[in-house]
Amino acid sequence: MSLKAFHLIFVTALSSLTFGCAIWKFVSYSREHVNADLVWAIASLLAGVAVLIYGKYFLKKLKNVSFL
Amino acid sequence: MEIPYAVKPRPDTGVYNAKLGMWLFLASEVMLFGGLFSAYILLRVGAPEGTWTQGLLDIRLGTINTVILAFSAVTTLLAWAACKVRDFGKFKMWHGLTILLALVFLGIKSYEYRDKFSHFQIRKADGTYVDGHIAGSKYVDAAGQEREIHHGFRGKTFTEGEKEFTLASVTLNGYEAETLKEINQPERGHKHEHKDITVPAAEIKKIGNYGPAHNTFTAIYFTMTGLHALHILGGVLVIAYFWGPGSKMWHTEPDRFTNRIEVSGLFWHFVDLVWIFLFPILYLT
Repeated sequence: MSLKAFHLIFVTALSSLTFGCAIWKFVSYSREHVNADLVWAIASLLAGVAVLIYGKYFLKKLKNVSFL
Repeated sequence: MEIPYAVKPRPDTGVYNAKLGMWLFLASEVMLFGGLFSAYILLRVGAPEGTWTQGLLDIRLGTINTVILAFSAVTTLLAWAACKVRDFGKFKMWHGLTILLALVFLGIKSYEYRDKFSHFQIRKADGTYVDGHIAGSKYVDAAGQEREIHHGFRGKTFTEGEKEFTLASVTLNGYEAETLKEINQPERGHKHEHKDITVPAAEIKKIGNYGPAHNTFTAIYFTMTGLHALHILGGVLVIAYFWGPGSKMWHTEPDRFTNRIEVSGLFWHFVDLVWIFLFPILYLT
């Protein structure tokens, strides 16, 4: 597995963390209505979207490099 | 004599030898960290009610460190990509940035450790607790001479020259609590009002900082993050070597050098991936 493939795994793990964090904080906000939770949730969601956009960009950029 | 398969893939494995070696090494690392993650789960599940520490770590610092490592994964990839397109200048820039980010990560981690070593908990003789950062301690010798230590604690007794000093009192900047649960698992949104609290030595049953010996949480926290920080340190030394003296190989064997950068990048990504799992279990839950 090349660094390209491992980077893809890393990007997947990072986006899972950010989206997981966003869901967790949205659930917390819906239960307790603490504004800080909403801020964390939105920030995590935006970070997750940014990571996904980056992932797509990186795959396009390194399309000629092998996954092996 | 030429070392075989340093550049070209070996026909039976499909990869060059250094990459195979790194993946075998990373497989052993997965087992090492996997064991520690399993230990964490078992310790947490088996912790008696109210004893597992929550909310002790600063989420903001943990988040900053997560972002730093995420960026360092990108810079390491870009350094490799720069080698692939034969742009040595860009390689130097991206790898230099990786080193810088790693050092910032270690700096923040050291700050967090320092904070824990200056954070004390006192169990008083009446069963109540005082928790907070050390503001100072007072000692007295046999002749009644006092000695004050600002922002420090030197144990129940200490010797200086011929004189032996015995603890008289400790001052913490923190709060008082009736039970351990109030400290370990504070109610959400509740903030303790911090003030200087002086506890005479006679009232102290137990005193200690939030170092590894404090409780099960701090033990596993220091073990896991300490081992991770050692990996960061090891990784940054290797990366710094490739950035500095090791980069001479670029001028003679650029393909082999590019492979070295890829292999160091694999290790760096593994270390970053471990942090992606450490951050939520230690800081967020």
